[in-house]
Amino acid sequence: MPYARPLSPHLGIYEWRITMALSVMHRLTGIFLCLGAVLVAWGLIALADNEATWATFTGFCASGIGIALLICWTFSLFLHLCQGIQHLFRDAGRDFDVWRRDDVRAPNYFVMSWLVVVAAIALTLVVWLLVLFAGGVP
Amino acid sequence: MSAAPNGAGPHDMRTPLKRVRALGSARSGVGHWWLERMTAGALIPISLWFIWLVLRLPHLDFAAAHALVGNPINAGLLILFTAISFWHGALGLQVVIEDYVHTRWIELTLLIAVKFLAVLGAVACALAALKIWLGA
Repeated sequence: MPYARPLSPHLGIYEWRITMALSVMHRLTGIFLCLGAVLVAWGLIALADNEATWATFTGFCASGIGIALLICWTFSLFLHLCQGIQHLFRDAGRDFDVWRRDDVRAPNYFVMSWLVVVAAIALTLVVWLLVLFAGGVP
Repeated sequence: MSAAPNGAGPHDMRTPLKRVRALGSARSGVGHWWLERMTAGALIPISLWFIWLVLRLPHLDFAAAHALVGNPINAGLLILFTAISFWHGALGLQVVIEDYVHTRWIELTLLIAVKFLAVLGAVACALAALKIWLGA
């Protein structure tokens, strides 16, 4: 390669803080959710096929591994969704100042990022409490 | 008057070809950026709807689940949800691959595979939802 293009920074250069952790998690959950899309496709195809294939699909979802994966997918979806909403605000330029960005405890970054984590956990709990105690929504 | 791209000043001795070769913009980044954010915006309401739909399924047997998903509004929204999801996912995976896969032939293979698989997934989901809707 005669002309080396600039590369993205790798994980090693970052000091741990909530904003960098969420940035990493946004990518990891995004990759994981792509696998979840395959599960959605499997479910839709099974439902379109016949009762036996649908039973195989629901059997997997109700198994121990299936439930563990579904909980991970629920949390990933909510974290990616909440962080994505914050991302859209930052992309629009909201509070994207250097003096705020470099302050580890700048309210808009520190508090909002933790709020994203708390909201994602709370929404995951709501969904799974609904499943456990009400068997979903009527 | 702002500077020309790539630092070309009035006394720059480099030819335009030298400046752009392998270093210039491909002129497609902004389109990717916008599409990623537009699909993200569309996914906010429709993924919340999807979770609500899935939460109704545990109560239902095969026939009832079939009827719920076969409702034209639900089938239509499912087609939109899966299509936009695979689209958004392909855009996101593209960035991750471009950032972290530095062996050119592996990068190119993965980029093409992601696009093909995303289209395959979206078409499969749309056909399945259509089949459930039309009761074929």
